[in-house]
Amino acid sequence: MRTGLIAQKLGMTRVFDDEGRHVPVTVLKVDGLQVVSVRTMEKNGYVAVQLGAGKAKLNRISKPLRGHYAKNKIEPKKKLAEFRVSEDALLDVGAELGANHYIKGQYVDVAGTTIGKGFAGAMKRHNFGGMRASHGVSISHRAHGSTGQCQDPGRVFKGKRMAGHMGNVRATAQNLEVMLVDGSEGLLFVKGAVPGSKNGWVFIKDAEKKPAMDGVPFPAGLKSDLKAANEETPADAPTEETTAETPAEAKAEETTEEKKDD
Amino acid sequence: MNEIEKYEQQQIEKLTTEKNIPDFNPGDTVRVNVRVVEGTRERIQAYEGVCIAKGGKALNQTFTVRKISYGEGVERVFPLFSPKIESIELVRRGDVRRSKLYYLRNRRGKSARIAERTTGHGLNKTDTKAKKTKSAKAAKAPEKKVAAG
Repeated sequence: MRTGLIAQKLGMTRVFDDEGRHVPVTVLKVDGLQVVSVRTMEKNGYVAVQLGAGKAKLNRISKPLRGHYAKNKIEPKKKLAEFRVSEDALLDVGAELGANHYIKGQYVDVAGTTIGKGFAGAMKRHNFGGMRASHGVSISHRAHGSTGQCQDPGRVFKGKRMAGHMGNVRATAQNLEVMLVDGSEGLLFVKGAVPGSKNGWVFIKDAEKKPAMDGVPFPAGLKSDLKAANEETPADAPTEETTAETPAEAKAEETTEEKKDD
Repeated sequence: MNEIEKYEQQQIEKLTTEKNIPDFNPGDTVRVNVRVVEGTRERIQAYEGVCIAKGGKALNQTFTVRKISYGEGVERVFPLFSPKIESIELVRRGDVRRSKLYYLRNRRGKSARIAERTTGHGLNKTDTKAKKTKSAKAAKAPEKKVAAG
């Protein structure tokens, strides 16, 4: 099991795919992502990597956390999170991860904190129908209506859907396709919407309910790999390779190249 | 400029290198050459009508083209930078005073006409523009052969 990534949601845009269809995508930015410390079986009883993302001001960091960063000789990070990994996927402390951890066409799960809606009524929170606008209804057009039976059972059942706090909870969007990877800029383009507001932190993992894809970097897509690939071929080699998978796509590429030659 | 704007700008440049999108506005008559895939063959189908609306920003721009086809009003919304659009030709400029011409939906025949615009912005440069589109077409001609063969 590979580690996930911490990223920042930048917003949404569209991508035109090989067949000219436009696909809505969410842009996620992976920036300053480093392994801050590792959890091992001998020491902690479980195996995980602790990642840190972004860059924090030193005076905004608590003293104990400052000690934690100093011990591992890492610049202070804005966001910390642990990802469980298998023992063979454990990373070195200080390793820098990039967006090239994922490849085009694979599926990911993205978790984030949904936008808070405050105290919301039953119509907004649970899609209740509300009551009629007229025909004798007074002051209760958006009320939830009946919440149960009569003297028997004489109470409202637990879990009855009612008005209450909505949003601002962790939610995971599963099986989102990776449409595009820009390793040098640290951008990931994921098909569809992702929970959370713009500039919110999200956690990306390999999709749990899809088989692992071939060619995924193991144990992780490091920034150093990206630099090495860039030196060999100046263009974005890792992303380009993955595009020429199906023959149809390869053919499309050929034709475009011919056009360029003309 | 934030990262998304940067990406959109890059995409627009990439998508417009091979084609020239004319500067048209609602009220103008345009001919949109659309790539249509039939089985394995790809051909180009023209769709001509009045642009009644433009929407969106940057990469997400769209335009709506309305025409009367066999007595039935038809409207199609195109993404402006769609790769499925081979080219856009400006046929005629229209003189209108609003940006959304939805009122045309309630009109038929004579009252649905739009007067041609002969003055105003973009028209002083018409000569150079016409030349540009012609040269662009000439450059595209060999490409089509490649695609067919």
